Amino acid sequence: MTTATTARPSAAPSPSSLSLGLRRVRIELKTFFRDRNSAVWNFLLPVLLLVIFGSVFGNQDIGPGITFAQYFVAGMIASGVLYTSFQNLAIAIPMERDDGTLKRLQGTPMPKLSYFVGKIGLVFVAYIAQVTILIVVGVLFYKLHLPSDPAKWFTFLWASVLGLVSCTLLGIAFSVVPKNGKGASAVVSPIVLVLQFTSGVFFVFSQLPHWMQVFASFFPLKWLTQAMRSVFLPDSAASLEVAGSWELPACAAVLAAWCVGGLVLSLMFFRWNKRGQD
Amino acid sequence: MTTETTSPLVVPAPVDADLAVRVRGLRRHYGETKAVDGVDLDIVRGEVLALLGPNGAGKTTTTEILEGYRKRDAGDVDVLGVDPAHGDGRWRSRLGIVLQSASDLGDLTVEESVAHFAGYFPSPRDVGEVIESVGLAEKRSTRGFDLSGGQRRRLDVALGIIGGPELLFLDEPTTGFDPEARREFWELIRGLRGTGTTILLTTHYLDEAEVLADRVGVISRGRLIACDVPSRLGGRDESLATVTWREADEQRTQVTHEPTRFVQELAGRFDGEVPALAVHRPSLEDVYLSLIGDDEEPTS
Repeated sequence: MTTATTARPSAAPSPSSLSLGLRRVRIELKTFFRDRNSAVWNFLLPVLLLVIFGSVFGNQDIGPGITFAQYFVAGMIASGVLYTSFQNLAIAIPMERDDGTLKRLQGTPMPKLSYFVGKIGLVFVAYIAQVTILIVVGVLFYKLHLPSDPAKWFTFLWASVLGLVSCTLLGIAFSVVPKNGKGASAVVSPIVLVLQFTSGVFFVFSQLPHWMQVFASFFPLKWLTQAMRSVFLPDSAASLEVAGSWELPACAAVLAAWCVGGLVLSLMFFRWNKRGQD
Repeated sequence: MTTETTSPLVVPAPVDADLAVRVRGLRRHYGETKAVDGVDLDIVRGEVLALLGPNGAGKTTTTEILEGYRKRDAGDVDVLGVDPAHGDGRWRSRLGIVLQSASDLGDLTVEESVAHFAGYFPSPRDVGEVIESVGLAEKRSTRGFDLSGGQRRRLDVALGIIGGPELLFLDEPTTGFDPEARREFWELIRGLRGTGTTILLTTHYLDEAEVLADRVGVISRGRLIACDVPSRLGGRDESLATVTWREADEQRTQVTHEPTRFVQELAGRFDGEVPALAVHRPSLEDVYLSLIGDDEEPTS
């Protein structure tokens, strides 16, 4: 009863977490871009919103030489972070828990870290694609001015990275909240919508009721939106902010704090198995 | 506490057997429900062991503890020399797992999926050869969503064997197959067994267990109540035989311990051919149903 298969060389090196993570990125991207639902949700909807809001309110001036369309594009770019990271993962992971993806992966020698590397890679690529589309549409149709100051692009970079990291981790942690994959978008989408309404995406933030401003300032999107405005609006627009300035150090601090918070929450609450199956 | 509950119908593996799996006194409770309530189980290297049992009897919980998916409350478990609760990647690379149901990988082609999973293992089998061996060669460029139920299951098996496992878990692999697909699947499993792969198969199909398994275990209410080679399970080989024949235009029946002697007598009486002669031993299904039925009676 002894066998040929057991005599295989036992010293073959196991592939590393990182190289398997990069393989996961490829698979995640293939799956993501072949799935029509996620492509529509993540790419068409933000552009559609931009076109609708831009067409209806676009020409209203909200300050000297600043149109609502410009204000809104900055908000949609910040929303793009939330869509491609938090919303994407908080919906996709419960579906993968239901359809057997997570269970199948758990049964292989794949290091668990590789799965998350794959998700992070997916989020970054999807964000870059989405933000490119938004910026192109914004520049072509809504008088979005691309900054020439490298410092502004640096702000864009760190705000994007901190926003993506914090919202990715929060999405991973939040993936335990929906009871199943089918209901996930019904749980997640309203949260994203409420954050957008209260964080200065659909309305000018300084015109919101005070309690709403306080509420929003606990969450990343308000700060992310503010940082994106500092990049894409003229410096004079800082006077429209509640504080009269962009508060970039505060933006960075809150987003960084949410990176830590998201990491702690996902380490505490993330689960591979469905409830009652461990 | 591990042996007092062992049924006399559980025939242990030979003492000197080389075991792939050794389980003693395994327990897992979910609240008041004793999903697994003291299972002892041996799987010998190179054998196919089929686990039978009603839904909710503890088959899947037991299997998933062995696979490292679930925790246990008590008992000793050894799978390929490792406690599954502490199994690492190296240990996992020696296992193949085909789960009960999955609907993932729909957007990837058969070849993409198999090639991707091959990358997780230190010394995987050849991707094309594995796809060929499960009969999906013509579907290699088809996406998961476009496969039939049987083809999907073959893909599951391909992903289970791509790492060249020493021990393969098959959880109800042929549910939903038509008879022809089932027979082709059996050939696939026989082929794997022929290469020395140890296989733990859970199934609802008694013919499948009888055809594929070296030994059959029956789980009921969280315990292993019988385990033996299919032809002897539950004392099947020693149980009463039923002889039927036709005499004076009437169907006649005799239940006997000695069917051979009785048939000889009959042959003498008819001086040659006995009309419509048949000798029945209980089928595996008969034995299984009576084992499960006996176990339903309250025992405490």
